[in-house]
Amino acid sequence: MAEKKSLIFDPVETLHSIEEKFEMVQVLNEEGEIVNEEADPKLSDEDLQELMSRMVYTRILDQRSISLNRQGRLGFYAPTAGQEASQLASHFALKKEDFILPGYRDVPQLIWHGWPLHQAFLFSRGHFMGNQMPEGLNILPPQIIIGAQYIQAAGVALGMQKRKKEAVAITYTGDGGSSQGDFYEGINFAGSFRSPAIFIVQNNQYAISTPRELQTSAKTIAQKAVAAGIPGVLVDGMDPLAVYAVTRDARERAIKGEGPTLIETLCYRYGPHTMAGDDPTRYRTSDIDSEWEKKDPLVRFRKYLEAKGLWSEEKENEVIERAKDEIKAAIKKADSAPKQTVTNMLEIMYEEVPFNVKEQLEIYKAKESK
Amino acid sequence: MAQMTMIQAITDALRTELQNDENVLVFGEDVGNNGGVFRATEGLQKEFGEDRVFDTPLAESGIGGLAIGLALQGFRPVPEIQFFGFVYEVMDSINGQMARMRFRSGGSLNSPVTIRSPFGGGVHTPEMHADSLESLMTSQPGLKVVVPSTPYDAKGLLISSIRDNDPVVFLEHLKLYRSGRQEVPEESYTIPLGKADVKREGKDLTIVTYGAMVHESLKAAEELETEGYSVEVIDLRTIQPLDIETIIASVEKTGRAMVVQEAQKQGGIAAGVVAEIMDRAILSLEAPVLRVAAPDSIFPFSQAEQVWLPNSKDIVETAKKVLTF
Repeated sequence: MAEKKSLIFDPVETLHSIEEKFEMVQVLNEEGEIVNEEADPKLSDEDLQELMSRMVYTRILDQRSISLNRQGRLGFYAPTAGQEASQLASHFALKKEDFILPGYRDVPQLIWHGWPLHQAFLFSRGHFMGNQMPEGLNILPPQIIIGAQYIQAAGVALGMQKRKKEAVAITYTGDGGSSQGDFYEGINFAGSFRSPAIFIVQNNQYAISTPRELQTSAKTIAQKAVAAGIPGVLVDGMDPLAVYAVTRDARERAIKGEGPTLIETLCYRYGPHTMAGDDPTRYRTSDIDSEWEKKDPLVRFRKYLEAKGLWSEEKENEVIERAKDEIKAAIKKADSAPKQTVTNMLEIMYEEVPFNVKEQLEIYKAKESK
Repeated sequence: MAQMTMIQAITDALRTELQNDENVLVFGEDVGNNGGVFRATEGLQKEFGEDRVFDTPLAESGIGGLAIGLALQGFRPVPEIQFFGFVYEVMDSINGQMARMRFRSGGSLNSPVTIRSPFGGGVHTPEMHADSLESLMTSQPGLKVVVPSTPYDAKGLLISSIRDNDPVVFLEHLKLYRSGRQEVPEESYTIPLGKADVKREGKDLTIVTYGAMVHESLKAAEELETEGYSVEVIDLRTIQPLDIETIIASVEKTGRAMVVQEAQKQGGIAAGVVAEIMDRAILSLEAPVLRVAAPDSIFPFSQAEQVWLPNSKDIVETAKKVLTF
């Protein structure tokens, strides 16, 4: 008897052949050696040094932020160590006119795009002046709702397209964010309109405590691009040169009118989810930690630059000292922000104060002027 | 002046603003070539091109997020949510994002978006098409919520909504789309948001209402007139923020008030209006302020619609209680 032919298409085999195409792009291995000459973005010496400086600076900022948080001198903080290549090398491929729609861990990209450091500290402390964006700075404040920024990025990108700007909208989420409906709607809308958007998923392996394997049965997050009919790429998110190269290519495609790209960066967060009580030992082992520490973006980039004679301990110390000084100054500036009032909150609700708010505004103005 | 239905007045308002401001964009599901499922955007894509009037993929959250992003590029988006029952899909984009944009950016950014959406019972729709969900929106600081009851008001209020620099939810009652015609000026005009309209003057009782219930209330007022009662009918037009001044002035004059809404009684607009009257005019009252509202079930299966929806009979009955207290 002939075997019954299934009416249902099982894509598993086809999928395997697609999944193989999402091979991880790597340029610089853990030893700091170029392993993919063709993909090497061939950055100038100055650019290489600048990118290294930013990564070192940001690692210091992360350490200082954690310690300030422990002293009660910062508020909400989501640690960034381990994600420097994913965050800063992708940002390094951008221009001022590009618009960033960040998740809450993406404070470093905002700072390097021009968000004043003291404002980032004010945001962390829960002061409204932190999020007051300077004119012409193309960023949104860090998004708290996972994935909401993805669909907004499709809108910013469509707006740029309509304005005929030579710019892109870039947005970041994590592996957990890739399970949200807004993730699909975002990549699908941008794909449908062929808008200049870059969607980055920093796959740092855990959504708070939930491991990546539980988010989806798809082998990679990058391959979710297939469903939206857009290109996707999986990249070593601990490799600054590879992250830079794929983001640069995605930007070029977008500017040429070829539409959006989905980039999955494989990375790791060394610290807890946030400083508000998350304990990573509940969901991962120190073995996993040390495995990822071997891949550290700063270590491999330092090795690479030292071999080229572009980096030294002295240079690194210079950056560290500068970072510490600037952080100190920014904290001081944040300290001098005026105390917040209910009046402040009521005043920023609407352009024109409506009747109900007006009445309350008068009450609080009187109360708070005492 | 042209005689227009409410749907024609809405199309006319959209056309007016598409002409006046090149930043105005109209989009949503089936709003382009198809002209919208109720023809609210009829002919607009042809007139203004696909760049300004366009279809989107079918995803409400996507439509809301798209509007936020476009607004960040200086556009004035007017998205359509095909039926307001679908708003649950886009609650984060509207209540969680647009409503908070000005606030969370410390006043440095805004979301001048007007979300248009049909709602309301009485036309035998399937589930999730007719529900009165406006109080989900009015309880969200940062939004304005508008519900017109006539073609003239619809045009003027929609133009004001589009020009407003804060997000506005503009709710269009399905039953009113084609239920009557009215003279509507062809030129552009605005009706200020947050201003109620006295649709009928009276001395004995104030009925505060909005949307389709304006017409039921007017019908009830006429009937009560035959029995010698003079009833004032206030059409709120904007339900967030409320026009407290107009309500209180009327209650102080009549000394008796009631509030009529199509939505279920629980957590409704009427409750808020009653509380405002208590706060501000209790000494003017000759009787308790009563409410006419739908019962607290989910919006009914369509065959039960007529018995479930409040009507002029219910209003007359409650009005008499207030009048004779």
